[in-house]
Amino acid sequence: MTTATLPPNVHLSPKASADGDTQLFEVSMGPQHPSTHGVFRMDVALDGEQVVKLKPVFGYLHRNHEKIAEDESYIGSMPYTDRLDYFCSITNNWAYALAVEKLAGIVVPERAEYLRVITAELTRLQNHSSLIGFLMQDMGASGTPLMYAFREREKILDLFESLTGARMMCNYMRFGGCRVDLPAGWLDQAKAVVAAFPHFLDEFENLLASNEILMARTQGVGVLSKELAVNAGVTGPMLRASGVNYDLRKVDRYGIYDRFTFRVPLGDHGDVYDRYMIRLLEMRESVKILEQAMRDLPEGPIQDPKTKIRGFKPKPGEAYGRIESPKGELGFYLVSTGQPNPYRYRVRPPSLINLTVLEEICLGQNIADVVIILGSVDIVMGEVDR
Amino acid sequence: MTLETLQPEIEAGVPGCRLEIVPNPSPSAQHSLLIDAEHALPIAKFLRDAPHLRLDYLSNVTGIDWPAREVGEKVKVKKTVDGPDGKPVEQEVEEVQKTLIPGYLEAVYHLYSMELKHGPVILRMRTEDRDQGVHLPSLNSVWRSADFQEREIFDLFGIVFDGHPDLRRLLMWEGFEDYPMRRDYVEPDDYEYEPTAHDEVLRKTLQHHGETA
Repeated sequence: MTTATLPPNVHLSPKASADGDTQLFEVSMGPQHPSTHGVFRMDVALDGEQVVKLKPVFGYLHRNHEKIAEDESYIGSMPYTDRLDYFCSITNNWAYALAVEKLAGIVVPERAEYLRVITAELTRLQNHSSLIGFLMQDMGASGTPLMYAFREREKILDLFESLTGARMMCNYMRFGGCRVDLPAGWLDQAKAVVAAFPHFLDEFENLLASNEILMARTQGVGVLSKELAVNAGVTGPMLRASGVNYDLRKVDRYGIYDRFTFRVPLGDHGDVYDRYMIRLLEMRESVKILEQAMRDLPEGPIQDPKTKIRGFKPKPGEAYGRIESPKGELGFYLVSTGQPNPYRYRVRPPSLINLTVLEEICLGQNIADVVIILGSVDIVMGEVDR
Repeated sequence: MTLETLQPEIEAGVPGCRLEIVPNPSPSAQHSLLIDAEHALPIAKFLRDAPHLRLDYLSNVTGIDWPAREVGEKVKVKKTVDGPDGKPVEQEVEEVQKTLIPGYLEAVYHLYSMELKHGPVILRMRTEDRDQGVHLPSLNSVWRSADFQEREIFDLFGIVFDGHPDLRRLLMWEGFEDYPMRRDYVEPDDYEYEPTAHDEVLRKTLQHHGETA
């Protein structure tokens, strides 16, 4: 159990405190609770219904991914990165491949870059749409929005399955390229899914965006200020909902993102509603990127021929590579000492670091709002605990 | 912005600090700056607040364990050896001179600027050793994003961050004693609850109970 630091005049004992009727009630939310998105616990102290303290407790899904990866060859960790944020295996693959490519100075062929963008943006679409579904489920919109989102997600997972052989654990990227090329007919199928996606977004938005209950539950709830967001290292849609223009696809222009025209949506209140809305708008931008990438996809090799996959030994040195994953900045920091396995392998998990501000944005809110605030942060415990 | 230009600026902004550029030979060329622990906080504040730097975003914090290691260096030494005709001849011989580098733990900070959109500037701090002198100052008061990440380093590497407001284990449970990410960590041999017992596990289980197979 964690020891809480409480204000001096309140007591956790069932007896009322000396100054009258103030009495705190401690709730342990989780770890087995559907709203915690996995095995995650929060020690919450309540004054009536108001949150006066919230301490997140991690580690229920900890398996020391980093240690395992340090005993493993470089390519041996690639399938394991799928299990970090198990909703977005392809972006995890990309972040790891990018770090290794920086470490060893590998150039990726053009077609592989396009395939990476296409699969990563499809991943963003399915992550954001199911996240909104989960958020609505947390809010009590039982079933319908989540099933709408899953219906669309299923189409994207079918595409992943026919491309990589797996729906969620795709293990798609290699250092200096991608594992397999597109099967026959895949591109037409993907074009059809992407062409139909804006229609789904309209439908989704009409269903929810101006819903009175949704607005009452989310507007002005869990407000995160710009300054705190930057200082606490919050990244991804959560940062941009607070109005900070920082999207690594624009800042770092990793891969070939400088070739596409798309905009970065920004919020101006930093509340749950903005975080929800940002994701809807980001999906529209992802559709734009996908349309351009699938239009321009060139022919050519998908793997750099000079890169050894087996017996791969980068020269001594270190590198930090980062990408804009659907959750935020996903980074890999690698230190090589010239061995076939990394000396140090570190994952910078956006889900964990975005939770730094959880207590601040929950204080003073009702206990029922904690559930939707947590839902709007977008965490996956496989990545938080690693 | 390179570290060569950044170093004198920091030295002017924070008098008395000792900096050293750690080169990175890999193609990433992400060189880093080794800072001394006493001046870490003023250096961090300077980097965050200087108007042309504004490194307001601490992205990644991590630890590295470097146990004591021997580094061989080839040195040419003059030696007198017996020549082919029996007379002593002076000859230059290559010898490997071994130097022992004492072990230390390292904390690495990756800084970026969200305002000016540049980076990374990489800072490193080293502890005195791996046993008693494992204290480093916490940069949590400058960048809140160090909060969980420094806790994680404390948990897995055992660096104690002085000035951290809530330095508890993050991922391992309270009461756990060792530091799993250290290179010399030995996993406990208690395999009683191992769900899929196979030869290796069974052997360790027997060992644990003081029996031999």
